[in-house]
Amino acid sequence: MQKEEIISTEKKEYTTLNLGPTHPATHGIFQNVLTMDGEIIVNTEQTCGYIHRAFEKIAEHRPFYQITPLTDRLNYCSSPINNMGWHMTVEKLLGVDIPKRVDYMRVIIMELARISDHVVCTSVIGVDTGALTPFCFIFQQREKIYDIFELMCGARLTTNIGRIGGLERDWNDEVYKKIREFLIEFPVAFQEYSNLLERNRIFMDRVTGTGPITAEMALNYGFTGPNLRAAGVDYDVRVTSPYSSYSDFDFNIPVGTTGDTYDRFMVRQGEIWESLKIIKQALENLPQGKHFAEVPEFYLPPKEEVYNNMEALIWHFKIIMGEADVPKGEVYHSVEGGNGELGYYLVSDGGRAPFRLHFRRPCFIYYQAFPEMIKGSVIGDAILTMSSMNVIAGELDG
Amino acid sequence: MNNEELKNSITQILPSATFDESGEFMSVFISSEELLPFMKELRNRDELFFDYLFCETCVDWKDHLMMVYFLNSKTHKHNIVVKAKITDTINPKIESVYDIWKTAELNEDEIFDLFGVTFLNHPNLRRLFMPEDWPGFPLRKNYVDDNMIEL
Repeated sequence: MQKEEIISTEKKEYTTLNLGPTHPATHGIFQNVLTMDGEIIVNTEQTCGYIHRAFEKIAEHRPFYQITPLTDRLNYCSSPINNMGWHMTVEKLLGVDIPKRVDYMRVIIMELARISDHVVCTSVIGVDTGALTPFCFIFQQREKIYDIFELMCGARLTTNIGRIGGLERDWNDEVYKKIREFLIEFPVAFQEYSNLLERNRIFMDRVTGTGPITAEMALNYGFTGPNLRAAGVDYDVRVTSPYSSYSDFDFNIPVGTTGDTYDRFMVRQGEIWESLKIIKQALENLPQGKHFAEVPEFYLPPKEEVYNNMEALIWHFKIIMGEADVPKGEVYHSVEGGNGELGYYLVSDGGRAPFRLHFRRPCFIYYQAFPEMIKGSVIGDAILTMSSMNVIAGELDG
Repeated sequence: MNNEELKNSITQILPSATFDESGEFMSVFISSEELLPFMKELRNRDELFFDYLFCETCVDWKDHLMMVYFLNSKTHKHNIVVKAKITDTINPKIESVYDIWKTAELNEDEIFDLFGVTFLNHPNLRRLFMPEDWPGFPLRKNYVDDNMIEL
């Protein structure tokens, strides 16, 4: 029998591989169609929109206070930051003076949310490298943060915390107790968790130099948050344009150098320590006073007032029916979310609902750099890059 | 640079630009045809050097569409908002800024998907969220859907 002719190696054939949409390693519902040359990724085509819920359209048909639950579902790992960002945007439009106490309470809530967000991200990097123990260990502490949220507002994950103009209720003694307990217990547990990963030889070999990005490239792609700081740019919305009295607190901005997975991991780890510092300062200096601002046209009056006071009843009806007057104009407000600058561009024409509301979702913006970051690497590295960028499907699709 | 200085340098680049200083950031109004050369100047001039496009979106004002670009300079620490007016609402077209800021790629895909604005010279313009054959553009004000309920 004649031997088969050997085909020239010049002619290459590529394999197409679907990473997602429902793949356990993508941590969310989005798809990457990879073109593979053997083990090496040659090209990536991104597809998203699997959980697109058209929040920007829904928001155009809802009164302002009903938009808060929508923002919960953007980055569901740190819902309170999204809620606060939205409240502050509306307050900016209305020109409301917020009492210091509300600012400080918001800062505590936001920093707790940031810790829970970063803890998920860093521990999941561990899971993707094969270290499941730190993940299970630190999730116990994350539960404690959710317990605090539950005491504050009744919900754990999608919190809908706070109202336009303040917080829905003042904290009870149990909340203070829990936060103080958390501030004592968490650093111990977190240090133990850090020891498991930070200088772990296997972990470091796996993540150092994986999925790097230069500072210039990161800026060009519109990176923000920990991913930009890992590349060496010290941009943090909390410092560059302080909101909610962040300028009162003393904290550092951890910055990386090479923008690889290890830097992204370490920046997040560092930020958790800084968040703890901020919470401690805010709790120590928490001013006395009211937990809401004087905006009767937006802030729901207490129930006992509604039943006994005519003005309060009128306001209650006006707010619930969405009849409150809003000034015309447009504002852009951004907060430092778990993943970066979470911006709200709100255009109001004076109606009961926003004329146009755009969410600047950090995940959506930096997800587009993903193909370039993983080009020429292997699939295992692509998974690590994705989890260290912390792409969250809810924020990606909006 | 403060707003006055920004105004002067921008007027040198484009004399027809108009300004609005009522908001937090200064807005510059231009027409959609002038966009690309104007943006290139904003990016490349040393005294302006807007190297960071941090938000790009579109607003449907019923009789015209308004593209909104939020620009920031990391070196000079100043911001402006460029607003490009597209008068043709039936078949809206504008140049893509992908060559200047790569972050525009998915943003423009999203705007194309939800507003129907076609971006010229975009590397991969596609419907990002909606199915390919979806009728209409959901974020346009004239979009109707029977399942949409006013609350």
